[in-house]
Amino acid sequence: MSIPSAVPVRLYVNGDRYDVSVEPRRTLADALREDCGLTGTHLGCEHGVCGACTVLVDGQPMRSCLMFAVQAEGSSVRTVEGLAIDDTTLHPVQQAFWEHHGLQCGFCTPGFLTLAAGYLEEHPDAGEAELRDVLSSNLCRCTGYQNIVKATLAAQQAMNGDPDGDTDGDTDTDADVGGEPA
Amino acid sequence: MIGARALRIEDPVLLRGNGRFAADTVRAGELHMRVVRSPVARGRIVTVDVSRALLLDGVVAAWTHDDIAELPAIGFRLTPRDDLLPYRQPVLARNEVRYVGEPVAVVFARSAYLAEDAADLVELDIEPLSAHLDSDADPVPWVDAEQATWAAGLGRDLPAQDSEATEFTTEYGDVERAFAKAVAAGGPGTHRIVEMDARVGRHSGVPMECRGLCAVYDEAEQLLVVDGAAKVPFWNREAVAAMCGLPPHRVLVRETHVGGGFGPRGELYPEDVLVAVAAMRLRKPIKWIEDRQEHLTTTNHSRDQHHRMRALVRVEDGWIEALDATFALDQGAYVRTHGATVASLTASMLPGPYVIPHFRVVARVRLTNKTPAGTYRSPGRYEGTFARERLVDKIADELGLGRAEVRRTNFIRADQMPYERPIQAMGTHLVHDSGDYALLLDKVSETFDFAGIRAEVERRRAGGEVVGFGFGFFVEKSGIGPVEGARVTVDVAGQVTLTCGASSVGQGVDTVLAQVVAEQLDIGHDSIRVVRGRTDQFEYGRGAFATRLAVMAGSAAANAAENLAQKAKRVAAHQLKVSVEELELRGGSVVVVGRPEEALALGEIAGLLEPIGAGRLKEEPGLSTDGWFRTDHMTYPYGLHAALVRVDRGTGQLHIERFIVGYDVGRALNPTLVEGQIAGGVAQGIGGAVYEEFRYADDGTPTCTTFMDYLVPTLHEIPDVEMLVTEDAPSPINPLGVKGAGEGGTTAVAAAIASAVDDALRIPDAIRSVPIRPAHLRRLLA
Repeated sequence: MSIPSAVPVRLYVNGDRYDVSVEPRRTLADALREDCGLTGTHLGCEHGVCGACTVLVDGQPMRSCLMFAVQAEGSSVRTVEGLAIDDTTLHPVQQAFWEHHGLQCGFCTPGFLTLAAGYLEEHPDAGEAELRDVLSSNLCRCTGYQNIVKATLAAQQAMNGDPDGDTDGDTDTDADVGGEPA
Repeated sequence: MIGARALRIEDPVLLRGNGRFAADTVRAGELHMRVVRSPVARGRIVTVDVSRALLLDGVVAAWTHDDIAELPAIGFRLTPRDDLLPYRQPVLARNEVRYVGEPVAVVFARSAYLAEDAADLVELDIEPLSAHLDSDADPVPWVDAEQATWAAGLGRDLPAQDSEATEFTTEYGDVERAFAKAVAAGGPGTHRIVEMDARVGRHSGVPMECRGLCAVYDEAEQLLVVDGAAKVPFWNREAVAAMCGLPPHRVLVRETHVGGGFGPRGELYPEDVLVAVAAMRLRKPIKWIEDRQEHLTTTNHSRDQHHRMRALVRVEDGWIEALDATFALDQGAYVRTHGATVASLTASMLPGPYVIPHFRVVARVRLTNKTPAGTYRSPGRYEGTFARERLVDKIADELGLGRAEVRRTNFIRADQMPYERPIQAMGTHLVHDSGDYALLLDKVSETFDFAGIRAEVERRRAGGEVVGFGFGFFVEKSGIGPVEGARVTVDVAGQVTLTCGASSVGQGVDTVLAQVVAEQLDIGHDSIRVVRGRTDQFEYGRGAFATRLAVMAGSAAANAAENLAQKAKRVAAHQLKVSVEELELRGGSVVVVGRPEEALALGEIAGLLEPIGAGRLKEEPGLSTDGWFRTDHMTYPYGLHAALVRVDRGTGQLHIERFIVGYDVGRALNPTLVEGQIAGGVAQGIGGAVYEEFRYADDGTPTCTTFMDYLVPTLHEIPDVEMLVTEDAPSPINPLGVKGAGEGGTTAVAAAIASAVDDALRIPDAIRSVPIRPAHLRRLLA
C-alpha cells in the first residue's frame, strides 16, 4: 500500500491564514486539531451523529469529521476558539452557557456553542421550537439538555440587545463569578 | 458560600475550547497505537501475522500476545472475589477470542491514519467456535484448566471453569420459614405470594469523549508519565507501575479534562496497559485514542440483568413479610476491574426503602461472548429498583390497594433511623444513616399535585388518548470511604490552592470543593485554584466513583481549611498580640473581633511562615495544612421518580411528557450542580428505559456499533425534568451533612416509566423489561 501524497491547502481559521500540507483523506477536524493546533474542536463519533466537531464553514454549521480538509480550501472556518471577542469577554452564547450551567464535562460544548452561535447569528428571530430542533442535532451526555436550551434562549436575548435578557456580556473575570445568576 | 448557586470555576476554560482532553496532548515524535480486534465472538486463534503491517513505511512495531506474554491478566479494583480470578482479561487475546472487539494485536505507527492502515494488514486466522450468548441458559464450559490457572495467577493449578463465574447469597431473617409459616397458616387467608419477572437491557455510560491515553518515558526525569487518566488515577498508577516493573513513585499519572465518566471511563483496560508498556519499551511517546465504534464494542457495557422475585405479602395492607429473589447478570466475556461490584450492589440495595423482615437474594454472575460489563451510574440500583418497584406496583394492583399506600406501609419509618439492615454493601455495614421516606412522598405528591395529574390523565383518557402516570421510590448510596485527604495552601500573594486526591469526570467537583474552602476562609470560591487527579501532587486518592467526592473530598477539604484557619489564627495571635479566641477569618484575612483595622491577610501570614520565621513561631513552614476524612459507612440519599407518558396508538411511540424527581441529598452544597446532576442522570435513565441497548446477532456479532444504532437520546427525547431537591435528612456521619447527588437522577427512571406505561395501557404488570420498544407497545395496544 502506498501512502497518498500530501497536498497543500490554504485554510482561513478564526481570521488567521494556515498553509498546511495534508493527505487528501485527512478530515477537516484532524487538520484543525493537529495541523492548526486548534484542539477545541472535539471528535465524539467520527461518523457525523454527535456534532461535537461542529464548526462554522463560511458561516454554516458543519460536521468537521465528515469534511475533508481539502474541501475547505479557501473557506473561512470559525471554531470555538474564534467565538469570544477577546481574552476577557466571552461570546454571548458562551456567557449564557456559563450562567445557565449549560455544560458539565465540556466535551460536547464546543459543538453546541458553534452550532448555537452560528444559527443565532443567521436567524436572530428563531423561535424556541426552531431552536430546539437545531439543538437536537448534537448529543450531550451530561446535562439532559434543558440548560442548553435555557442558555441558548438567553443568548438569543442578549445578542438581540434585549435588556431583560439574562446575559449581558459580563467579563469572565469580574466579581460576577461568585454571584448568583438571575 | 456552601449552598450557593455559585458559577462553576471550570467553565471559562472549557467554553473557550482551551480544555485539554485525552486527545489534546501532543508530543513531538509520538507514535499512534491502533488495536487489531477480534471480528468473531468466539474462536480459536490459529495465527496472527503482523509481518505485512511491519513492512509499511512508518510502522515501528506490532505485537501479539506472544510479545507481551509476561504481563498478567488485569486485576480487580473492587469486590475482588477469588472465584472470579480465572475470568480476568489478558492484555491481548490468549489462544482464544471471546468477544467481538477483543484486542488481538497492536500496531504502532507515526500517524493515526497510518496505524489504521497497518492494522488492516495484520492477518488473523481464527477458527470460529459457536458463541454463547444466553445468560439465562445453564452454564457451559468456559475456560480450560490452563487458561483458568494462567488468568487467576495464584501460583497453583486450577480446574476448568464454567460460564457461571460466581453465585452468592445475601440474606437476613428467615425467608424459608416465613413462607412455610404462611402456607401452614392456611393458604389464601392473611397472606398471598406475588411474583415478578423483570429484565433490564444491556446499555452503558457512553460518555461523549471516547477513551484515550498518552504516555512517555521521560529519560531526564527517569519517570513514566501517563496523561489522560480518569476516575481512579491513583489506583491506576499502582497497577501501571506493577505492570511496567517500576515503583509507584516513578510513574506519574495525570488526569486531564475528562469528557464524562459515568462508571466505564477511567477503569484500567487492556489498551491502557499497552500504552504504558509501549512507552517503556519503544522509548517514544505513545498515543492511543479510541474511536466510537471501538468504544461501543470494547468499553464496559453494563446492566443486563434478569430478576425473578417472590414476595410474601399481607393481603390486608400489602406489607411485605418476605422477599425471595434471584438474578442473573450477563457479565460478557471477562470479569474486569469491578470484580463482583455490580452484582454485590444489586443484592444489597434490592430491599430499597422497605423494611422487609425476611430477605434473600441469590446473585449469579454469568459469562457470555459479549463485551465485558462493569459499573454504570447507579449500578445495581437501576436494575434492582426496576424489579422491586415493578413488584410493589403488582402487589398494589393484585390486592386492590393504592400504589402509594403500599409503599407507605412498607417504608422504614423516620423514627427507625439510623436503620441497620444486617447485610453489607460495598464491604460496609448497610446502615441507612437518615431519612424520612414518607415525608418525601408526601412533599413530592403535593408540590407537583399528583392528584391533579391523575385527574388530568383520566380526562384525557376519556378523550381517547393513551396516557398514564406512575412513579417509583428508591434509596441510593453515596460517599463510600474509607478515606480522602486534602491540602490547603496559601502563597505569599494570598493565592489559595486546594490540592487533593479527588478526580473530575466533569461533574463540577472543583467548584464544590472550592465552595467548601471558601466558606471556611470567607473568600470568593472563584479565587481558589483546585489541583487534583495528579499522582505527583498528592499522595492518596480513591477516585471519582460511587458518588463519593462531595462527601469524602468535601469533608476532607472542610477539615483542611479548618486546620488552615487555626494555624493562621495562631500566627496572627502571636503577631497581633491577642488571643486566638479574639480572632476570626473574614474576607481572607484574620481580623481581631470588633477591631477590623487590626488584621493580617492570609498572604502576609504565609510570608511570616517562610522557613526561618516559622522556626521562630514554632510552626511548620508554610501556610499549608492537610485535612483528612475517614468513614466506615456510606450515606443513603433517597428519592422518587414520576413520569407522565403518552403512547401513540398507531406507531407505539412512547412520549415522556413530564418527568418529576424528588431527591433528598441531606445538604445541597451547590443546588444548581445538584439539579444538573439529576437532569443529566434522568436523561441517561431514559436512554436505558426507552432507547439504548447493545444488541447482538445470533452469532454474537454486535449490531449497535454506531450512534445510528445505539440511540443516545437527543434533546427531543428528553423532557425538562421537574425537581424538588430537599434537605430534610442531613447525614449525621459527615461534617457537611451532605449525601451525594451523582446517581439519584438515574435510579428509578425505568421503574417510573414502566409504571406510567402500565397505567397508560391499563394493563397491570404489562412492562416487565426495558428498553420499552414501540413494537411491543403496539402489540399490547392491539
